[in-house]
Amino acid sequence: MYTTNASRGLPRHRSRHLSERYTRWALRCVIGVLVIALLWLVMAFHLNGQWMFALLFLVLGGSLAVVFTKRTLMSHRYIFPAVAGLGVFVIFPLLYTIGISFSNYSSSNLLSEERVRGQLLSQTYQAEGKAFDLTLYQEGELVRLYLQSDGENDHENKVQRFVSSPLNLANQETRQIGIQSVDAPPAQEPLGMRAIIQARDSLQGLRLLTPEGTELRMAGLRQFAPMVNRYETRDDGSLYDRREDRVLIPDQTTGFFVADSGEQITPGWPVNVGFTNYTKIFTDPDIRGPFMQIFVWTFVFAALTVVFTLAVGFVLASLLQWDQLKGKAIYRTLLILPYAVPAFISILIFKGMFNQHFGEVNMILDTLFGIRPEWFTDPWLARSMLLIVNTWLGYPYMLLLCMGLIQAIPQDLYEASAVDGGGPLTNLFKITLPLIIKPLTPLLIAAFAFNFNNFVLIALLTGGNPDILGASTPAGTTDLLVSYTYRIAFQDAGQNFGLAAAIATLIFLLVAGMSLLNLRLSKVKV
Amino acid sequence: MAMVQPRSIGARRLGAHLALIGFVSLIVFPLLLVISISFREGNFASGSLIPERFSLEHWSLALGIPWERPDGSIVQPPFPVLLWLWNSIKVAVVSSVLILMLATTSAYAFARMRFKGKEPLLKGMLIFQMFPAVLSLVALYALFDRLGEFVGWLGINTHGALIVASLGAVALHIWTIKGYFESIDGSLEEAAMVDGASTWQAFRYILLPLSIPILMVVFILAFVMSIMEYPMASVLLVDEHKLTLAVGAQQYLADHNQRWGNFAAAAVLSGLPITVAFLICQRWIIGGLTAGGVKG
Repeated sequence: MYTTNASRGLPRHRSRHLSERYTRWALRCVIGVLVIALLWLVMAFHLNGQWMFALLFLVLGGSLAVVFTKRTLMSHRYIFPAVAGLGVFVIFPLLYTIGISFSNYSSSNLLSEERVRGQLLSQTYQAEGKAFDLTLYQEGELVRLYLQSDGENDHENKVQRFVSSPLNLANQETRQIGIQSVDAPPAQEPLGMRAIIQARDSLQGLRLLTPEGTELRMAGLRQFAPMVNRYETRDDGSLYDRREDRVLIPDQTTGFFVADSGEQITPGWPVNVGFTNYTKIFTDPDIRGPFMQIFVWTFVFAALTVVFTLAVGFVLASLLQWDQLKGKAIYRTLLILPYAVPAFISILIFKGMFNQHFGEVNMILDTLFGIRPEWFTDPWLARSMLLIVNTWLGYPYMLLLCMGLIQAIPQDLYEASAVDGGGPLTNLFKITLPLIIKPLTPLLIAAFAFNFNNFVLIALLTGGNPDILGASTPAGTTDLLVSYTYRIAFQDAGQNFGLAAAIATLIFLLVAGMSLLNLRLSKVKV
Repeated sequence: MAMVQPRSIGARRLGAHLALIGFVSLIVFPLLLVISISFREGNFASGSLIPERFSLEHWSLALGIPWERPDGSIVQPPFPVLLWLWNSIKVAVVSSVLILMLATTSAYAFARMRFKGKEPLLKGMLIFQMFPAVLSLVALYALFDRLGEFVGWLGINTHGALIVASLGAVALHIWTIKGYFESIDGSLEEAAMVDGASTWQAFRYILLPLSIPILMVVFILAFVMSIMEYPMASVLLVDEHKLTLAVGAQQYLADHNQRWGNFAAAAVLSGLPITVAFLICQRWIIGGLTAGGVKG
C-alpha cells in the first residue's frame, strides 16, 4: 500500500521524454473538451427547463474539472470514470425514480406545462361562416389559388371570389399569404383533382388573408374556411376557450387545465402530488389487492427458488465430491450446461416446451397419464412452471458454490466420523452443513435478491399472465414486483410512471435492506 | 483417500451413477430437443429425438437464405437473426472493452492507493450493484430520451445508449479485479517507482502485464452479461433492425404465431457459440462469478 507522490505533497515527477509531455498535454486537451461538452449539455438542458438533468451534468462536468486539475486528487483520477459511470447510470436514475414517485408523471401528464400550453394554443376549429371552394390554376411553373364562396350559403350575400398571387407549391412551410378580391374566375382551364392531392401538404401550410382580414385555412380537400385558434392566453395565465365560451384555469395540484364544470382538458403536465402514489398502493382496493398478492408471490417465488436450487445443487455437489466416483469431469460439464446456455434462449425453449397444444411436455404427459395441463392459463400451474424452469436455470450456480465450499472442508473430519461409526446422514448434519452454512449465507441472500428481481424469466416465460381479475392496473398472477412495475410503466394505455416509480422505490428499500444485511454478514474487508 | 470403507461400496457407486445419469438426461433433454426440432420439417412437427423427416429449412431461414419448399413455394426468412446476433456482439464487445478499461484503472487505485472516501465508495459499490436496472428503467428512458435531443447517437433506439447504460454495471468487475491485484505483491511496482517510473507507468508496464488472466475473465464475464441483457435493450431499442438477439428472439414465440421450428434453428445458431465460449472459459468465469455475485 502506498500513496502517489503528488498526494503526499512531493514534487511532481518531471518526465524527461518529450513524447510523455505530449501525451500529458493531449490528456489535458481531452479533459478540457469533455468539460466544455458537458457544460454545453448543462446549458442545453437548462434552457429546456429540465433542471434535474442540467444539475446532473453540471455535477459531472464540475467534478471532472476538479479531479483532473487538483494535484492532491491524483488517486481519484483513476477511479473517476467508473464512479462517474455508476453515478450517472445507477445512482442518478435511482434518485430520479424516487423523484418521479412523488409526481403524477404518466401518459396523460407527460409534457411540460409550456409544451401543453403550446399544444392547446395551436388547436383550431372552423368558425361559423362561409367555406370557400378551391380551384388551382397553372401559371407557368407556379400555381394560382382561386377561391369562390360556397353556393349554398349564398342566398343573400353576393358570391365572394378571391385569387392569390402565383405560388410555388413545392414549398411546404407554414406561411401567410394575402389574397385579392376578383369579379370572375381566371379565364383558363383549372387543374384537376390530382394536382390538389399532390399539393396537399403545402396547401395545408397556407394561411390566406382576405382583404377584410379573415384568415382562411384548408378545411377539406377542396375547401378553405376561416379557422380560428380555439384557445387564447389571458393575462392571469388562464386560457379562454372561444368555442365553448369558458375559462380554463391551470390547476397546479392535478396538472390539468380545468373548466368551471370541473372538466379536465388533456393533455396535462406532471406536477408534484406528494405521497398520493404511496397512499394509493396501500388504500385503493383495486391496487392494494393485486399489489399485496404480487408482493407475497414475489417473496414465495424468491424463497422457493433459493430452497430448490440449493437443495438440488447441494445434493449434486455432495455426489460429485465422492472420491469413489469416476467420470466426475464429464458429469460436471453436463450439469453446468444450463448455466452456459444464455438464459433468454433457454427460457424461450421452455416456453415452447410447455405450450398447451404442441409442447413436448404435454405430449409426454398425454402419452403417460393422458393429461394436458394448461400451463399458461391456470395460475397455480403457471407458478409451478416458473419454479421448475427457474430451478433448472439456477441450480448450477448453487452446485458450483457448494462444490467450492465442500472442497474446503478438511477430509480428516470425515475420517474421524467414520472411525466413530458416523453414517452419511450424521456427516451431513454434523459436519458438512454447519461448516458451509456460514460462508453460504451472504451468497444465498444475494441469490434471493436476484430472484426477487428476476425480471427476464417472467417477461419471457409468462409475461405475468394469467391476469388478476378486477385489477385497475395491468397485474398478473405470476407477476413479480419488478415485472409489475415494468408493466405499469411501459405496457398498455395508461402508462403510469408515477405509480410505477413509487413501487420501484419500495423495492429499492427492500433491496437496500437485503444488501446491507448481506454486507454485515459477509464482513467484507475493504 | 478414505481409510475406512463401508461394505456396500459397489452398490452405492452404481446407484450414484444411475442417479446422476438420470438427472443429467433430464437436464440435457430440452437442449437436445431444440437441436432435434431445428432439423424437423415444418413448425409444429413432433416426433422422436432423431428427426424422421429431416429438413434444413429452418437452418436456411435462420442464416437468412430464402428456402424453396418441394411444392415450389418460396419461404422468406421471418426475422434477421444474423443481424441481431451482429448487433448483440457489437454492443457486447464495445461495452466490455469500456467496462474493462474503467474497472481496471479504478481497481488499481482501490487496491494500491490510499485516499479519502475509499472505504465508503467500495461499500457503496457493493450495495448499488444489487439494484437491478429494471427498476430505474423509467428514469433511464427519460435520461436517454432527453439526451438524444442534443446528442444524436445517445438517443432512444441507438446502440450508443445501450452501450453507455451498461457502464453502470462496472462495480462488480472492480471488486473482482481489485481482489486479483491485491494478490500480487506490490514490491515490484515500488521498485519501478524508486527507479523513476511514474504511478501510471508502474501500473501500465508492471501490473497490467501480470494481470492478463483476470482481465480476460472480466472481459468474458462482461461480454456474456451484455449479450444476455434484456430489460434495458427491450426499452431502449425500437426498430427491428436495431434489436439485439435477447430482445429479438422472443418474437419467434409471440402468442398468436409461434414459429417453434424457426426459433429452434435460430436458438441453436446463436446460443451455441456463446455456450461453447462459456464452457471453454468456465474455469475462470466460475471463479469470478462465485466470488462476486450472481449471473445476470
